[in-house]
Amino acid sequence: MAPITVTIKLFAHFRTGRFKEADHQFPPGVACRDVILGLGFRLGEMGIVMVNGHHATLDHSLNERDTLALFPLVGGG
Amino acid sequence: MDKILRVNMTDLTTKVEETPAEWAGLGGRALTSTIVAKEVPPACHALGPNNKLVFAPGLLSGTAASNSGRLSAGAKSPLTGGIKESNVGGTAAQMFARLGIKALIVEGMPQGEGWYALKVGKDGVTIEEERGLLGLGNFAVIEALQSLLGKKTGVIAIGPAGEMRLTAANISVKDPSGKIRSHGRGGLGAVMGSKRIKFIAIDDEGTPGIQLADPEGFKAASRIFTKALMDHPVSGQGLPTYGTNVLVNILHEAGGLPTRNFTHGQFDGHEQICGETMHDTIVARGGKPRHGCHAGCVIQCSQVYHDQEGQYLTSGFEYETIWGLGANCLITELDDIARADNLMDDLGLDSIETAVAFGVAMEAGLLPWGDGKEVVRILREEIGKGTALGRVIGSGAGAVGRTYGVTRVPVVKNQAIPAYDPRSVKGIGITYCTSPMGADHTAGYTIATNILNVGGQVDPLKKEGQVELSRNLQIATAAIDSTGMCIFIAFPALDIPECLPALIGMINARFGANLTGDDVTGLGKSVLKLERAFNLAAGLTSADDRLPEFFHSDPITPHQAVWDFTNEEIDAFWDF
Repeated sequence: MAPITVTIKLFAHFRTGRFKEADHQFPPGVACRDVILGLGFRLGEMGIVMVNGHHATLDHSLNERDTLALFPLVGGG
Repeated sequence: MDKILRVNMTDLTTKVEETPAEWAGLGGRALTSTIVAKEVPPACHALGPNNKLVFAPGLLSGTAASNSGRLSAGAKSPLTGGIKESNVGGTAAQMFARLGIKALIVEGMPQGEGWYALKVGKDGVTIEEERGLLGLGNFAVIEALQSLLGKKTGVIAIGPAGEMRLTAANISVKDPSGKIRSHGRGGLGAVMGSKRIKFIAIDDEGTPGIQLADPEGFKAASRIFTKALMDHPVSGQGLPTYGTNVLVNILHEAGGLPTRNFTHGQFDGHEQICGETMHDTIVARGGKPRHGCHAGCVIQCSQVYHDQEGQYLTSGFEYETIWGLGANCLITELDDIARADNLMDDLGLDSIETAVAFGVAMEAGLLPWGDGKEVVRILREEIGKGTALGRVIGSGAGAVGRTYGVTRVPVVKNQAIPAYDPRSVKGIGITYCTSPMGADHTAGYTIATNILNVGGQVDPLKKEGQVELSRNLQIATAAIDSTGMCIFIAFPALDIPECLPALIGMINARFGANLTGDDVTGLGKSVLKLERAFNLAAGLTSADDRLPEFFHSDPITPHQAVWDFTNEEIDAFWDF
């Protein structure tokens, strides 16, 4: 099957030495977990995982043209 | 035993009173709200002689407990018509606590046109006539008082906005760097102005300091508490590095960043104003990415922001201010927002109320969207000089909407809604509706659980669980606001089991008490109910616990979310 394109956005210190936003290609139905590990993150570092503006689990499967946003545990108020 | 200082501005007399037994276990918000509820006639005019302005340090203020330096101010609010408590960092809370001052109550109102200053010290409080500093901004007032009374003097002051009794006027408190923190919300600066008090100077020389009932127990609990603050990723790393402004990108991504006066949930210019950009700018210009609002703060979420020439532009540059003038007014120049922030500090204006008022003014066509230079001009030339237009904007978002016939006016109880859209972050909408303070995110910060995955996860776009979430957080917040603690201790308190028992342990060791977790929850509940009862007696009803109509009728991008709670669902908040 043809690979899918997913836009990955990184925030806060996740950007350091990586990127802000980039399109990556994956096998269809790839799980958020595999994308995260593939970028060299530990799962424990993840604060917020969003797909298309909705909170998502690590098991969530990604589709063509999804946007995956990854935040460390940060906050404000 | 700590004392109550009472100042009567009608006959210009002062008294030192014993603390009544029923107030002995109270501090901060619990004490200011108890005193306001007991002594202020709810139906009085907030700017008249029957309102009272009360200051109280928290239960742990003045001790070595981390992050315990918050001062509460309370009164009937001229903005909402209900009870108000607003708390602040700076140096005043710790000085009051070391002086053995449980609360300072200012009542009455002078007959003539004269202005006054209060001097607080180890012998109590005195009233002096004031002439020289009238009309000056807060920075000039602090500078003058420091050269007159010494670098260490504590200062609580109002700027020109408070002197004009504008309902967006705040009360400024000197911070450890000689800059400003604010009792921001609800127009308390107008109440201080109505009492014709320009400033309160505090001298804590010659005080014995605080006597702990159980010094060893205190030390042990304090160590655990501080460790929890340092260990939690939000209070230990996220807030110190990026400040509160890290939220711009998070709320943008979640579709909850109110944009163009609450017409969209995302802002195209978010990268230009976000915490990541701000952090890099601060570092590149030689500012300080970390800065504490009071001595003993281990979180250090504040910062010092410099201009392109490396000169001080502002500090305490918060997400809500940057959102309010940024996404909400479409301003993408962070330096313009910083300049406006500094001017609002100097004039003594709530930067949330004023920023939202500018959004409504832009919708009314009074100035172009995104025009940061014009915002700065209006602040300086219109509000600063007290022109009619300046006074309208300085009276808040509701006043601008009423004056110019705008229907999209984001307020609850006439107080501006802050930086989280209640259609796409529904828990915070319940807090905006039900908090006795009017629209106030800090009263029950559901963003923690709706968006940040702190204290669990409740889907921000669904109705389920939001009322209960807001209720639990508002109860906990009312209690935390009484301890003198910064609200950001809630992040570790929600996730680290040792944190809250250590906080209660410190209170017990301070006073020789035996409080339990249930007692603290009970305190939070009773404070909320007391405040609600004041509001009902002042004439507010459950019809005031509602969001404006446009939140029901206008879906917000990108989720096309609307506010869909029924009145009954909202009113169930009070079932406790």
